[in-house]
Amino acid sequence: MPFVTVETMPTPVISAPVIVASGLTKKYKGLAAVDGISFEVAPGESFGLLGPNGAGKSTTMRMVGAVSTRTSGTLSILGLDPNRHGPEVRAQLGVVPQQDNLDMELRVRDNLIVYGRYFGISNRAAGKKADELLEFAQLSDRAKSKVDDLSGGMKRRLTIARSLMNDPRVLLLDEPTTGLDPQARHILWDRLFRLKEQGTTLVLTTHYMDEAEQLCDRLIVVDKGTIMAEGSPAALIREYSTREVVELRFGSDRNAEVALQLAGLGERIEVLPDRVLIYADDGDAILAHVAAAGLEPVTSLVRRSSLEDVFLRLTGRSLIE
Amino acid sequence: MTHSTSSGQAAAPTLAPTRPEPEQRGIGSLYAGNARSVVSRGLLATRSTNWIIILSGFFEPVFFLLALGVGLGSIVGSVQTTAGQAVPYAAFIAPGLLAVAAMNGAIYDSTWNVFFKMQYAKLYEGMLATSLGPLDVALGEILLALLRGGVYATGFLIVMQVLGLNLSWTALLAIPAVLLIAFGFASLGMAVTSYMKTFQQMDWINFFLLPMFLFSATFFPVSVYPVPVQVIVEIFPLWHGVELVRGLTTGSLDIAMLGHVAYFVVMIAVGLTFTTRRLRALFLD
Repeated sequence: MPFVTVETMPTPVISAPVIVASGLTKKYKGLAAVDGISFEVAPGESFGLLGPNGAGKSTTMRMVGAVSTRTSGTLSILGLDPNRHGPEVRAQLGVVPQQDNLDMELRVRDNLIVYGRYFGISNRAAGKKADELLEFAQLSDRAKSKVDDLSGGMKRRLTIARSLMNDPRVLLLDEPTTGLDPQARHILWDRLFRLKEQGTTLVLTTHYMDEAEQLCDRLIVVDKGTIMAEGSPAALIREYSTREVVELRFGSDRNAEVALQLAGLGERIEVLPDRVLIYADDGDAILAHVAAAGLEPVTSLVRRSSLEDVFLRLTGRSLIE
Repeated sequence: MTHSTSSGQAAAPTLAPTRPEPEQRGIGSLYAGNARSVVSRGLLATRSTNWIIILSGFFEPVFFLLALGVGLGSIVGSVQTTAGQAVPYAAFIAPGLLAVAAMNGAIYDSTWNVFFKMQYAKLYEGMLATSLGPLDVALGEILLALLRGGVYATGFLIVMQVLGLNLSWTALLAIPAVLLIAFGFASLGMAVTSYMKTFQQMDWINFFLLPMFLFSATFFPVSVYPVPVQVIVEIFPLWHGVELVRGLTTGSLDIAMLGHVAYFVVMIAVGLTFTTRRLRALFLD
């Protein structure tokens, strides 16, 4: 049977995963951008892909979004194979791409209506939906503005509003807040959090650990096309890092040298070009040791472990370079 | 995790009611039967385009007609059509310019405009993330270009009527003929453009258009050339368009006109096939 009809579409049971990837691989000219990754996303879950630029996050998102054909492995989105049912899968997804691709020739509200019509939604229904979503994106007063006149944060919110025009069952967000100022990021997080509360399944990529900690119930840490670790942000931090981290700066030429004298302190020491990190459950105790040893850092800081530390532990590299 | 909810009152929109059900589709992922949404997007976007550029495309052939047809024509006298009928010079070149008007309108939209949307505006990337297929996008954009070609040509046909250059009632059939010609140029134009990566490559399109405009029996019968040159001219599409339209506006019908129609049908099929294939390769890798 060459195509799926509405009647034969499997209706997923509430608890059945909405996305199942197994051994998912994408090769470009023999080079693997995504190298055999497996994960599942449950309905209503907020799932993150955390990793540096070039880790294969966007490629994974494109395969999940049914705009890129996988090289091997299996992938099921809402029970359908995106390779065979591209349009049917895309009809049920909302996509927020890494770079805004809003229609610059159309005004704000028309952007939403026209996008809705691409899904076959009638003009009238699209208009109603557009007004509802402009309200949600806090852009009602900009309905008639040109897209060019919007700030970066507003454009992003418009892109998110646009992705909701077809009432998607899964929302895919690729680096949703990259390039935004802190205030715009918080507004955006707030909107995404509301969607999450309403039960929308979110899948997002990010290289910001604070974003992952704020929004993701569960995440995978991706590097060089493979999964390094999987779990909730708190569990990952518990498993791969200590409770606290001491950051010491001795000046870029002295960090490595001083680190030798710090050996043995805490559970683990990482030497970065600009600072030395000491992982320990009690940061203040470590600081006291450092002072007692007569070492005088230019600056010192005790903080809680973050996903950044998890990533450093797993790959030996910083998340943002 | 606590989160501020004070920054806005609007609740997230409720889910489910208007979600379109996936439809049964004959050719799978290529076509969703929704090219009209792409056309209506184009019409909406035209509101913000530069109308002077659009109008200049219409006036260009009118100026040629007045300068060459009326001016130069007063010295030339009459010229023989392919079917052997002698017609005034202005009535000879007017259908040629009509075919050119259709070509220009179709080419403008399907080359530079498409190039910009593809390379800079990322418009098609956005469209293909929805349930549209590449054939919807190709067909929609080509229909839009065809529409502009059709508007130019219809306006020009009215100018011809006013100047008394339509010699037969069959001139009415020039309108569908011109739409066919515009469709052909728009499909091939978009197909070629989809392979272009830089502005320099885009200039190659003009390199083809100008000689085609000058030498495709637009201003003088192709019989003035030696046979090998005639063959070369007859390979290019504009000659077929000019001959088809000239037969209809002068009323000197010829069985060869069916061949011209067939030429454009093939051109449309080839253009659509390559455009669809290319859009798929570019945006649905």
